[in-house]
Amino acid sequence: MTEIKSLEFGFMSPKLIKEMSAIKIEHAELYDPDGYPIDGGLTDLHLGVVDPGLRCRTCGGTIGQCLGHFGYLELIKPVVHPLYGKKIYMMLKTICRKCSRPLVDDEVLKEMKNPLNDVYKKKKATCPHCGEKQKEIEFQKPTSYREGKVELTSEEVRQRLEKMTDEDVKAMKISGGRPEWFVLTILPIPPVTVRPSITLETGERSEDDLTHKLVDVVRINERLRKNLEIGAPDFIIADIWELLQYHISTLMSNEISTLPPARHRSGRALKTLMQRLSKKEGRFRGNLSGKRVNFSARTVISPDPRISINEVGVPMDIAKELTLQIKVTKNNIAELKKLILNGPKVHPGANYILRSDGIRKKITEDNKKDISEELDAGYVVERHMMDNDITLMNRQPSLHRMSMMAHRARIMPYQTLRINLAVTIPYNADFDGDEMNLHVPQTEEAQTEAEMLMLVEKHIRSPRYGSPIITGKHDHVTGAYMLTKKDAKFSRKEAAELLFAIGIEDFEMKDEYTGKEIFSMLLPKDLNLEFKSSVYSSGFDDEMVVIKNGQLKKGVIDDDALGEGNGKLIDAIERKYGSEVTREFIDKMTRLVLDVVTKKGFSISVADTNITEKAKKKIEKTVEEFEQNSDKLIKDFNAGRIEGTAGMTKNMILENKILQMGGMASNQAGEIVKADLPLNSSVMMAVTGARGSFVNLTQMCAFVGQEALEGERIHRGFLNRTTSHFKQDDLGLKACGFVSHGYKKGLDPFEFFFDAMNSRENLMDKSLHTRHSGYMERRLVNALQDLRVEYDGTVRDSKNHIIQFIAGEDGIDPAKSDAGKVNVEKILG
Amino acid sequence: MTETTMLPKNIMKDFEEYCKKHGITGKQREEKLSALMKAVEKYKYEPGEAIGVIAAQSISEPATQMTMRSYTMASQSDRLSKVTHGLPRLIEIFDARKTFEKNMTIYLTKDYNSKEKAKELASSIKSLKMSDIIVYDSIDLVNMQIELELEKESYKDDVKELLEKHIKDCDTTARGKNIYVKPKRENVRNLRKIKNKILKLHTAGVKGIDNVVVIKEDDDWIIQTTGTNLKKVLRMEGVDIGRTKTNDIYQVYDVLGVEAARNMILQEAKDTLDEQGLDVDIRHLMLLSDMMTFDGTIKDIGRYGVSGKKASVLARANFEETKKHIVNASFYGEKDKLEGIIENILVGQIAPVGTGMVQLAVDMEKMKKMRKIKE
Repeated sequence: MTEIKSLEFGFMSPKLIKEMSAIKIEHAELYDPDGYPIDGGLTDLHLGVVDPGLRCRTCGGTIGQCLGHFGYLELIKPVVHPLYGKKIYMMLKTICRKCSRPLVDDEVLKEMKNPLNDVYKKKKATCPHCGEKQKEIEFQKPTSYREGKVELTSEEVRQRLEKMTDEDVKAMKISGGRPEWFVLTILPIPPVTVRPSITLETGERSEDDLTHKLVDVVRINERLRKNLEIGAPDFIIADIWELLQYHISTLMSNEISTLPPARHRSGRALKTLMQRLSKKEGRFRGNLSGKRVNFSARTVISPDPRISINEVGVPMDIAKELTLQIKVTKNNIAELKKLILNGPKVHPGANYILRSDGIRKKITEDNKKDISEELDAGYVVERHMMDNDITLMNRQPSLHRMSMMAHRARIMPYQTLRINLAVTIPYNADFDGDEMNLHVPQTEEAQTEAEMLMLVEKHIRSPRYGSPIITGKHDHVTGAYMLTKKDAKFSRKEAAELLFAIGIEDFEMKDEYTGKEIFSMLLPKDLNLEFKSSVYSSGFDDEMVVIKNGQLKKGVIDDDALGEGNGKLIDAIERKYGSEVTREFIDKMTRLVLDVVTKKGFSISVADTNITEKAKKKIEKTVEEFEQNSDKLIKDFNAGRIEGTAGMTKNMILENKILQMGGMASNQAGEIVKADLPLNSSVMMAVTGARGSFVNLTQMCAFVGQEALEGERIHRGFLNRTTSHFKQDDLGLKACGFVSHGYKKGLDPFEFFFDAMNSRENLMDKSLHTRHSGYMERRLVNALQDLRVEYDGTVRDSKNHIIQFIAGEDGIDPAKSDAGKVNVEKILG
Repeated sequence: MTETTMLPKNIMKDFEEYCKKHGITGKQREEKLSALMKAVEKYKYEPGEAIGVIAAQSISEPATQMTMRSYTMASQSDRLSKVTHGLPRLIEIFDARKTFEKNMTIYLTKDYNSKEKAKELASSIKSLKMSDIIVYDSIDLVNMQIELELEKESYKDDVKELLEKHIKDCDTTARGKNIYVKPKRENVRNLRKIKNKILKLHTAGVKGIDNVVVIKEDDDWIIQTTGTNLKKVLRMEGVDIGRTKTNDIYQVYDVLGVEAARNMILQEAKDTLDEQGLDVDIRHLMLLSDMMTFDGTIKDIGRYGVSGKKASVLARANFEETKKHIVNASFYGEKDKLEGIIENILVGQIAPVGTGMVQLAVDMEKMKKMRKIKE
């Protein structure tokens, strides 16, 4: 394969354009009355072919073989290239109006870093070379120039630039081409393959935007020629010339700010050359950085706790469509023959074969026998996707590298892609209709690379913070707690059912097992670990977690052991035993734990939020106190008894204090609720970290608290009041969005309204937010993408600048680290 | 190379502590050290790691979870209200903005660490504008002059001197508490312009510090300001130079240098993320701040900074402002050596990172010779 080593940018000379062109364009018409392309027209067959059945008159190729050929148009009068209008202006300002030499001494010019921008600042009133007096040149965007009061024609501009010597051009660091080339005399006409026309069902032809624009250019050019020939008056010539300039300007870019965009008959602005390149859907971002790909599938995802995190369940229909190319050798020919005999419709089958002479053949029910007999070493079979093939899964938005990971395929019935629940975290997926993409790497290199670097188990530890990210959540945590809590006992039958389901068959026979014993069977035999569980930290358990020699002695397993971000147990296993063992642990543990929840049953009820009368009284008292205190404060404020300090107005101080007090009241209520609620299902979820928090519970059974907008109490609405039900300037709690009821009891109309205001703010916040963070990500990735770690441990960019002498200052990869550190104790024991 | 240079400082420190704790010395210590060194190898970055992309993703992935609410009233204390938080602050830092809500936190030395002294210092720091010492101002259209009434008569001479120095082409006269400014060019628009200029004149205190609040944080009395002027504040007596900080990167850069600016970007970004409870490894932020400062100046993350100054034309055109970059490249005849990542992706080649960085070539002639020797 030839490698592109470098690319050089420059400007095409008129001579080059002529030389590389197949024909000269002479007619503005496209087709003759029979619908056949006109010779010398813009769809001349010398320019390439876009219709099937025709051959290119230049190279003889058919569609697909011929890439197209340029043509050229001779402009009757020169025209300024609109994109270089500013540059031409800078050049005109820099050079003498008579001798075209730069307006400074040669020595000064040599010293200049950027002559084009600097010369005119130092230029003299008279040319140092020929003594000609200079006049001020003005630029009128995008393509006209005035000298004094006289407009310079493109011809004059071109003449001045032509006179510049090559030495001066070089000294001015213009190396893209001769200056006069930026005033066009020859216009290259792009091949038709660049601007294919579409034949509609009615037989009508619909031309590309670019062709439309080119027709305008050719037509006006023609009109200019005719008018010159008949010797039309100067002002008519000037008018047509300007029109030609306009058409060429809009051909190059239709978004020049001072020009009205050229429009299609329907009123839509034409997409011309520049518009094809820039913006998100342009050539760069839309077709070169990101491409559409083959061998991919997309469908709804659904959960399957019984497959490994390394696997993905692929629907049969997809498996029969996505193929892999397998080279036929004498070792696999028998197997491949079987696949071919299965045909394209029976699952482990094949869709195509590639003969050694490169000819592709589709396998059908009719020809499959013949093909299987014909098959020989050197052929290639495109077989169906099968179990254990490497695939890549991806869910957008792809915010980090764990958004695309390699899974082994498992072909399954039904129509959805199935993923394990633990990988839902890195993909940030749920199953409310989420869709995911699946790709099948085709070459062996790609497959092995994907398997070795991108397999799910290699990404258990997040590079962001060095802790596990593929972990249990929600019901996993609840289940683990139910399994390992103190009084959890399982009969022999139950234990056997649980353990056999995860493939553990060899265990001690007992009549009764504790949950901890069952859980311990998953742990590696020499694991030692101690940590505080989330249940312990919140005071609902009196024991820390102690694991000794792979036996869970004390404590419960909850979010702190299994959850995202902390996951101390998963972390320890990954660190000590590597990713394969961890994957197995996660697979088995999540399955076991979900079986436990299924068997024991788990449900929440409104009754979970019932609190005792005593607690209710306490909460009422808290609210009352808060109301009294704030009333007093407001009274003080109204009487002018609050002192403003520097930088804060009295109003701000009042608001701040009320917010503070409201926060405190909520906290107090939280404490009361926490002390009062028994360990029921809802509380269990909050305590173990499975889902929800005490704040949620407090809002349900005590009160919701102060609603805030933009970090302040609610003040907006009517003049000096929130709704017309309050008096003006009422700063009371009720009037400013304090909700004194819980969700269970229900909010009153005002409270409901304020709550809705708060919710709406959060909703808007979220949708406005994604844009900003998305753009920030794009900018960050763009700024940092060239950085890589070199063999010497330095971080360098593409210019080979050293950014860091030791990557991360200590060379430690956070993705391999212990939450960003190297734990000496753990390593040395 | 001595053994201490073999391991990063922080790990060495942990190791020394470990040895002390377990009483390990002599030969045993050496054994442990070599074991540790072996183990640390597994923790290291692999050559070719696309460290930049990982850093960028690690910073921006949690940013999607940040709250948008930019101004939070920090309600715990009587702190000054307007401080930018969350994603907007993060964007502000990466943009290396020059105008935004600036503030300073001034710590005091031991001698000044009391409420009275802090307040005294605070009031001397706060910038006093002309408008702060004027009770009344108006435009006298009959005499075409500006009338100002001062708070105290004693200001008279100083104010007159100041006005004469800064407001040109005017006759300034002082009578009692009143000051009259009569411009030579008599028209109403000019009068208004001059009046506004006078009201904004800086008279005393530190320029740029618009507001001050004295608050107590743990044992320290600190001065929280809006507006910032690091250079002047650091020179004042009683200011703890070591702890006083500003949120303006450019002032830190001007006063303390790039290294300090780099550390500040790092610290500010880290603080912003920590405040939202988002865990991001410090190394990612280090790389980012190093990238923003490595050439000795502060460059922003975006089209005018890091991304706009890349060597490759294609990389720049691919990011933003495609037209500008292509036009310039063709005019100046630029050459793209295709050394970066995105350029190679654009032309359809393997990007030189990770497994794509490996360049192995087999010299077939030598291979043949080798085979012959073997045979």
